[in-house]
Amino acid sequence: MSASAVHGLWTDLAAPADGSIAKIPAPTIEYAQLSPVMIVIGAAVLGILVEAFVPRRARYHAQLFVSAVALAAGFAAVVALAVGGHATTRAGIAAEGAIAVDGPALFLQGVILLVGLVALFTFAERRLDPAAHGNRVDSFAAQAASVPGSDSEKAAVKAGFTTTEVFPLLLFAVGGMMVFPAANDLLTLFIALEVFSLPLYLLCALARRKRLLSQEAAVKYFLLGAFASAFTLFGIALLYGYAGSVSYGRIAQVVEGTVGEVSPALAGTMGNDVLLLLGAALVTMGLLFKVGAVPFHMWTPDVYQGAPTPVTGFMASATKVAAFGALLRLLYVVLPGLRWDWRPVMWGVAAVTMVIGAIVAITQTDIKRLLAYSSIAHAGFILAGVIAAKPEGISSVLFYLAAYSFVTVGAFAVVTLVRDAGGEATHLSKWAGLGRRSPLVAAVFAVFLLAFAGIPLTSGFAGKFAVFKAAAEGGAAPLVVVGVLSSAVAAFFYIRVIVLMFFSEPKPDGPTVAVASPLTTVAIAVGAAVTVVLGVAPQYFLDLASQAGTFVR
Amino acid sequence: MSFPLLTATAVLPALGAVATAAVPAARREAAKWLALLVSLGTLVLAVLVAVRFDPGGARFQLTESYDWIPAFGVRYELGVDGIGVALVLLTAVLIPFIVLAGWHDADPLETQSKRWRPTQGFFALILMVEAMVILSFEATDVFLFYIFFEAMLIPMYFLIGGFGDRAHQGGEEAAATQRSYAAVKFLLYNLAGGLIMLAAVIGLYVAAGSFSLPDILAARADGELTMGTNTERLLFLGFFLAFAVKAPLWPLHTWLPNAMGEATAPVAVLITAVVDKVGTFAMLRFCLGLFPEASKWATPVVLVLALISIVYGALLAVGQRDIKRLVAYASISHFGFIILGVFVMTSQGQSGATLYMVNHGISTAALMLVAGFLISRRGSRLIADYGGVQKVAPVLAGTFLIGGLATLSLPGLAPFVSEFLVLVGAFARYPVVGIIATFGIVLAALYTLVLYQRTMTGPVRPEVAKLPDLRVRELAVAAPLIALLIFLGVYPQPLTDLVNPAVRHTMSDVQQHDPEPEVEAAK
Repeated sequence: MSASAVHGLWTDLAAPADGSIAKIPAPTIEYAQLSPVMIVIGAAVLGILVEAFVPRRARYHAQLFVSAVALAAGFAAVVALAVGGHATTRAGIAAEGAIAVDGPALFLQGVILLVGLVALFTFAERRLDPAAHGNRVDSFAAQAASVPGSDSEKAAVKAGFTTTEVFPLLLFAVGGMMVFPAANDLLTLFIALEVFSLPLYLLCALARRKRLLSQEAAVKYFLLGAFASAFTLFGIALLYGYAGSVSYGRIAQVVEGTVGEVSPALAGTMGNDVLLLLGAALVTMGLLFKVGAVPFHMWTPDVYQGAPTPVTGFMASATKVAAFGALLRLLYVVLPGLRWDWRPVMWGVAAVTMVIGAIVAITQTDIKRLLAYSSIAHAGFILAGVIAAKPEGISSVLFYLAAYSFVTVGAFAVVTLVRDAGGEATHLSKWAGLGRRSPLVAAVFAVFLLAFAGIPLTSGFAGKFAVFKAAAEGGAAPLVVVGVLSSAVAAFFYIRVIVLMFFSEPKPDGPTVAVASPLTTVAIAVGAAVTVVLGVAPQYFLDLASQAGTFVR
Repeated sequence: MSFPLLTATAVLPALGAVATAAVPAARREAAKWLALLVSLGTLVLAVLVAVRFDPGGARFQLTESYDWIPAFGVRYELGVDGIGVALVLLTAVLIPFIVLAGWHDADPLETQSKRWRPTQGFFALILMVEAMVILSFEATDVFLFYIFFEAMLIPMYFLIGGFGDRAHQGGEEAAATQRSYAAVKFLLYNLAGGLIMLAAVIGLYVAAGSFSLPDILAARADGELTMGTNTERLLFLGFFLAFAVKAPLWPLHTWLPNAMGEATAPVAVLITAVVDKVGTFAMLRFCLGLFPEASKWATPVVLVLALISIVYGALLAVGQRDIKRLVAYASISHFGFIILGVFVMTSQGQSGATLYMVNHGISTAALMLVAGFLISRRGSRLIADYGGVQKVAPVLAGTFLIGGLATLSLPGLAPFVSEFLVLVGAFARYPVVGIIATFGIVLAALYTLVLYQRTMTGPVRPEVAKLPDLRVRELAVAAPLIALLIFLGVYPQPLTDLVNPAVRHTMSDVQQHDPEPEVEAAK
């Protein structure tokens, strides 16, 4: 095999006839179209500078201000782009083909920014934990580097340290998540994956209470996540080997056999289905890991339980949005030509995910683990919409993600409120009688649970109906039946929590509902409002999702 | 645009519910009066609906139609036929009595926290259920119907689980456990049925391209819409299962005795007399209307299940030791009659079934509410704890007897008319079915009279010797219901005139004609 018959980023690039190295052209970057991501990442960098140069006592307020402004400005930029037609008529590919600026990308970026903003409020909450040595503290460790239970930890607590680094970490994660569903080549996809995963690993380890559990969760998440990343990278390499390109559009052309000019190297590999199928399977696997689909769900319960609850809420909602966005783009843009191969597999994954998520959740006794398994079941429901392989499928998934992420953020925000002497009281037995002691908080949580269960007039029902309808129209009627049956199973454990809150007698030494600052109150209120509005009057948002339901290629 | 009367019948109780819930903790008497006033206002609106409705006119009247979620093809579409009017009226009539009968059922206990406002919650939930039930009788959009069909489970669930019967043998602890068991069982059965229906609702949209019942009926009549045999049968099963859980039909009935036993008497009436009627109503309107071929296909099985319900429910009622569970099993037997009437596919049967829904609602309300008054006096639900009450409290015993006699379909009382019609309808097409169903009446006489005999007659037991007779509030509940039973028993004409044209439409949906009488055929 001659050297020219091998794919290579360098050999492809440096192949002018005279043998000289051509001038590398300067890339054109559409800064305006990339502004949402750049604002957020820029603010994250600014946050690091704040961390380095601003005095300790002013950092919290400075960081909160920078983050909130950045997320709001990012959202404004997304809206401006959408209004300017970039979601529909002027949708296109930016940054030399690395990033797609189209309807799904902008819709999901908007959702991620809003969810990030709401999550930011829960990150910044400082009234729930009792003050330590006269200093207000948040849910994060005083000093992440100090060993749990050691003298240096005590000293850090006494000195009133707080880990304000969480704010730039949050911004980096948000930035990565925004690129993830917009990535238009496999390398950008991978980089975005790492950019949002690494901050999340760190955030998981930063709990103020139950630190060992939190660190264990982080290690587990990191190890499994690293495996998944490695698989993804390997899959990317195989796909590159197959198509001679990492660009989505180019791979899709090769898969469909519509590529114009076949180079000798391509001619040698494009018939090799092993490369294609294995590569596609490995990349898809990495994404299924991130959405928490069975059988790649093992990390979910431990990580959800161990991570600080605000982080769990953020991770459970925003990661899912980003990862499903990337999965949609991969399946609809890169691999539509492979539909007959991936649909049966995804059918199976969706069905198993729904059933296992719902059934295993029944046996859970910890509210955070319960919500973790419920998130697995929901991943299954969303997958049912993903495999519809129709435009309705895309828009239904977009809508579901928007609905689901706000319910999740709100629900975890409520979990942060229920406390006893040991911090958050997440064991279900401690939630008994909460409805009698704090009717309002319990009622709001009941609304979130009913939305998870998909009861009509909540956003969960509208979303579930949308994906099931898309699935049924796409010919997946059996999957819809599996879906409704597992919804019935899932309803059981959501209802069980409601029973516990409202019909059980409160225990004398039970937890109390902490009085939150306006930050958490706003977060919960936004979650509840979105849940009800999307349930009663979903039309505007369905329209938005359906207008945004076309990928560029 | 005319005044949206149908919307108003639902919006008034819904707003009333919100207002009732908002009454401050200290003013709970005001919450009760507010709820009563709202329910009476709703009754006035329902009567207006009945007056405005022209039985000889179009099939669906007083229609309202607005886009709601165009992306799903869902419209806010209301309209009533005669059957709908009858059931809206039934609901609106019964709710004030339920409110009045439950006047003290949700008063807070001394031990409970001051911020816990059970009274406001209780009446608000009742009004919420009323709004949703009325909307589900009025919705002509299948999706809209489904939403209220499912959503009403939530307030019902809180009514059962949150406000139990205080007359419980096992003490407060056991009462709480059994109550939450009953509530969860109720919810899971109905939710599972409802979710299967959701799959069928989606399937219907895929098959028919619309959720609007009038549109689908028209398309079917024009031959524009045809469904594959298997598709239609599967969709029918999805719908029927949900309604059979709600109705409830044997063997999906087991949640009802628990729910009715543990709930307070007014809530038990709300379940069986009002909410469950949505199930039988929906069979008549949606199963038969949307899936005529599949309905005919399923008829033999449904009839057998209905017969089993009739006989099995009655037999178990005979064996009950608990007054409220007895009424629950009697209701299962009666629901068997209703479903029988719907599926014998004769106009007498279906008119009878509709009348049966109304009459069973009134008679069960009379029997159960008076039984509730009795139980609250003695603090026990067990039949064995009573005896000789008629000597101590003759008015109570008398109203109880009339309620019981209505339950066993004594001629002259309203249920007789409907039961007779159902049986005539059954005999006309399936004589054997009619014969077996008649046994249900015999058993009904047995359980009702034995109940009366054991509780009301005989020597006065010492524990009941001091029981007071009915108070004014309780008389205000019992007397009008009994008057209604007698009136509709003697003069059912207005009701049959209302219902018959609607039944004719349903019969033509399923393309069935009444069988000719044998004698004429012989000529």
